[in-house]
Amino acid sequence: MMLCKLSLKNIKKSIKDYAIYFFTLILGVAIFYVFNALDSQTVMMDVSSSTAELIDLMMTMLSGVSVFVSFILGFLIIYASRFLIKRRNKEFGIYLTLGMSKRKISLILFFETLFIGIISLLVGLGLGVLLSQVMSLVVANMFEANLTKFAFIFSSSACIKTIVYFSIMYLLVMIFNTYSVSKCKLIDLLNGAKKAEKIKLKNPYLCMIIFLISCLVLGRAYYIVTHDFLELQEVTDVIKPIIMGAVSTFFIFWSLSGLILRIVMSIKKFYYKGLNSFTLRQFSSKINTTVFSTTIICLMLFITICLLSACLTVKNSMNANIKELAPVDAMFTTNMNMDKYYDRFRNYGYNDDQIKNAHYTPKEMFKLFNFDVTAYFKDYIEVNTYATPDLTMNHTLGSKLDSIRTQFPFLAYDTMESIMKISDYNKVAKFYGIKEYSLNSDEYMIVADFKSMVNIRNIALENGEVINLFGHTLKPKYESCQDGFLEMSSQHINTGIILVPDNIIDEEYLMQSHLIGNYKTTDKEEITNIENNINELDKDPKASVYLLPSGSTQLAIKEATTGLSAMVTFIGLYLGVIFLISSAAILGLKELSESSDNKERFKMLRKIGTDEKMINKALFRQIAIFFILPLILALIHSIFGIMFAVKVLEVFGNEQLLPSIITTAIFIVIIYGGYFLITYSCSKSIIKERY
Amino acid sequence: MENILKVNKIEKYYGSRSSLTKAIDNLSFEVEKGEFVAIMGASGSGKTTLLNCISTIDKVTSGHIFVGGVDITKLKGNDLNKFRREELGFIFQDFNLLDTLTAYENIALALSIQNASVSEIEMKIKKVAEELDIKDVLNKYPYQMSGGQKQRVASARAIVTDPKLILADEPTGALDSKSSKMLLEKFNYLDELGATILMVTHDAFTASYARRVIFIKDGKIFKEIHKGKDSRKEFFDKIIDVVTLLGGDLNDAL
Repeated sequence: MMLCKLSLKNIKKSIKDYAIYFFTLILGVAIFYVFNALDSQTVMMDVSSSTAELIDLMMTMLSGVSVFVSFILGFLIIYASRFLIKRRNKEFGIYLTLGMSKRKISLILFFETLFIGIISLLVGLGLGVLLSQVMSLVVANMFEANLTKFAFIFSSSACIKTIVYFSIMYLLVMIFNTYSVSKCKLIDLLNGAKKAEKIKLKNPYLCMIIFLISCLVLGRAYYIVTHDFLELQEVTDVIKPIIMGAVSTFFIFWSLSGLILRIVMSIKKFYYKGLNSFTLRQFSSKINTTVFSTTIICLMLFITICLLSACLTVKNSMNANIKELAPVDAMFTTNMNMDKYYDRFRNYGYNDDQIKNAHYTPKEMFKLFNFDVTAYFKDYIEVNTYATPDLTMNHTLGSKLDSIRTQFPFLAYDTMESIMKISDYNKVAKFYGIKEYSLNSDEYMIVADFKSMVNIRNIALENGEVINLFGHTLKPKYESCQDGFLEMSSQHINTGIILVPDNIIDEEYLMQSHLIGNYKTTDKEEITNIENNINELDKDPKASVYLLPSGSTQLAIKEATTGLSAMVTFIGLYLGVIFLISSAAILGLKELSESSDNKERFKMLRKIGTDEKMINKALFRQIAIFFILPLILALIHSIFGIMFAVKVLEVFGNEQLLPSIITTAIFIVIIYGGYFLITYSCSKSIIKERY
Repeated sequence: MENILKVNKIEKYYGSRSSLTKAIDNLSFEVEKGEFVAIMGASGSGKTTLLNCISTIDKVTSGHIFVGGVDITKLKGNDLNKFRREELGFIFQDFNLLDTLTAYENIALALSIQNASVSEIEMKIKKVAEELDIKDVLNKYPYQMSGGQKQRVASARAIVTDPKLILADEPTGALDSKSSKMLLEKFNYLDELGATILMVTHDAFTASYARRVIFIKDGKIFKEIHKGKDSRKEFFDKIIDVVTLLGGDLNDAL
């Protein structure tokens, strides 16, 4: 019981040291709860069954991410508690000299962890429950669901999960503490505070050389991810610049710590002004020992920035894309003449009957199932696409094939190209409300909107490669691919459709038939009903003989997109925020403990008559440098990281980059800046002295 | 002669009304310009409290302290810092040098917080380094120096701002006898140059370098002796006599 009391008093006493730790734990618990309780918010919402499936998928993903997050938080907690124990070596030394056993000291620590754990869990869960009420509005908005009624939601499963995960983390901390106490020696405990600090100035030339080399390596890494992007075919190719970046980050901090001091020292007017010499020495004495952690924090910030902005971009762009890329209600497609390429289709899992009977347009096919789909349509069009083994990418790329093939060895060059009559395409374009084109009898053109493919195709088009089709020779009308698409989707994924004059088409090579239409009704529920009915046709025994038309509808795309974008957003937010608070908390804790170490130094400055204002300024600058330095490099990294991400996420479009970067910046300013201010004000109260 | 320091009937109480401790009990004395005064007393006699009050680190309960005619008990906030920065020089038992700075930078700090210019800093440090014989260690860090060197650097920091009054709290407390002697001889040298030094010690040998010794017991002045024309050895014997008279635990003199 005495030990219990002692632990409680210890917590109270060192609340200044613990404040940031506490704050971080509470935030961690709250965030963990909020994201694991997301599903409970959707319960009261009016969502369709497919959306519900997506939510299930999202929750599975999120719980996977939660495991990862709990690892990060676990490390953070162990790191923080190790830190706090180190600070109290002397106290433990006194206990030991008084004859307290190590077991009892471990017990004190056990109680402390227990109290802190229980309090932070309770407060964190409370905060989490409150936050999740706000979150339900976000979720409703995200899934465009009507908030039928507002109800106070509490997810007991998320609550239990949070408690279990954090209990395990705290248990690990307890084990770790016991271990570290059992290992320590009394003499070290008592003398711990008196360690003499050795200052070694690094060789400036060596620093300079290493700095320059690191910058070059970093520059090369930047170049690889941005310019040689298309050469990055395998995972290992991407890992190389990442390792280059990480290592050079470390050495940049290493050399910079030496260089900055050298440079500033040579500017005597600045160096010998006020407390500048003191601040700088503080900074350089610490960065010598904290280069590694600064690197880690820098990289974590970098990941946070990229993650947040990329995820938000994807989310925003996807929603914006739908309007553009899925302009009509529905499109149904049947494969034609499948028997021509019998073997290929059998490999895809179609049966013989289905292949043999593949000679009906979607409208005809639906009729076979006694379902008149056109009856539901206000207006519709029917178009065809063609394909022939005589026109693959091998042919369209023409003389440029070999040079392109060496650059991009993994493209499927043997895939047959989709061919469309120009009149068919214009029908679609008119229906979609996109640009129509015209061709002369000896011309062809390509419409595509998948940027990487567009770039490849443009190489051949610029070269004016002619194609031979059904006995006609056609030359390209344009020197580049034109914008356009046939398949509705939420992304820019049209890799290319060859448009040719109507008269050259050989109907023998009909590949697919499409039915595109707008429903009479605009009511979401009725549309859902129609589409459910179509899906039901699959249960008809005829479906094993006749292949049902495949459909892609605006509603389905929308739901898939909102689901996907919600998933991406939540995972991005979850990881981003956790990374951000972890790195900010590590920095904050470090600075706070430094401040307690520096207490004596500041006391001395006061004794020789330094103004309080000057001292605060020095403290502020000292902490600010440590917070800003990793952020600056992380920002530079992020510029290139985001450029890379934009290319990877090209299919989603990147028109919405700026708003997401602004949102990310706001996140960082609030969380990181918040931690900075808390650290500063706590430090100030630590070094404050009363006469 | 001009009075640099005038301590007028000061009292300092600790504790609550029910258990009152008088650390300083109605104590008065004066220090003239250019004097080198030692204050002796046993542990708990109130000598450190006295020094803290003069250096404005602590506040008196009643009474007044004048430094160069200014009543420092009336100063507040940044005026206090300004006073400490410009009028006082400190020498501590444990040196109180910043371990992250070189000797030069430590000394420069005292000037730079007064917004001195770089050339002025350079000139003054050069001068003070010569006086205290620390030119060789200026670019060293505290951990690379001996105790005596550290204390001389600390002394240099204290006098480089040309303070009205130098306060030394057990300056030889952490030094071996050889370093102590060397430091005290430097104090004598500074004294000859015109510095005013008030030193607190419980070591008779250290005190024997001063020109006047004030003995404190239980917060009051017990006795005051002047060196006059005595040699240092004779003055030391006189001090020992008083120490014997004082008794208690102040008999650990050399």
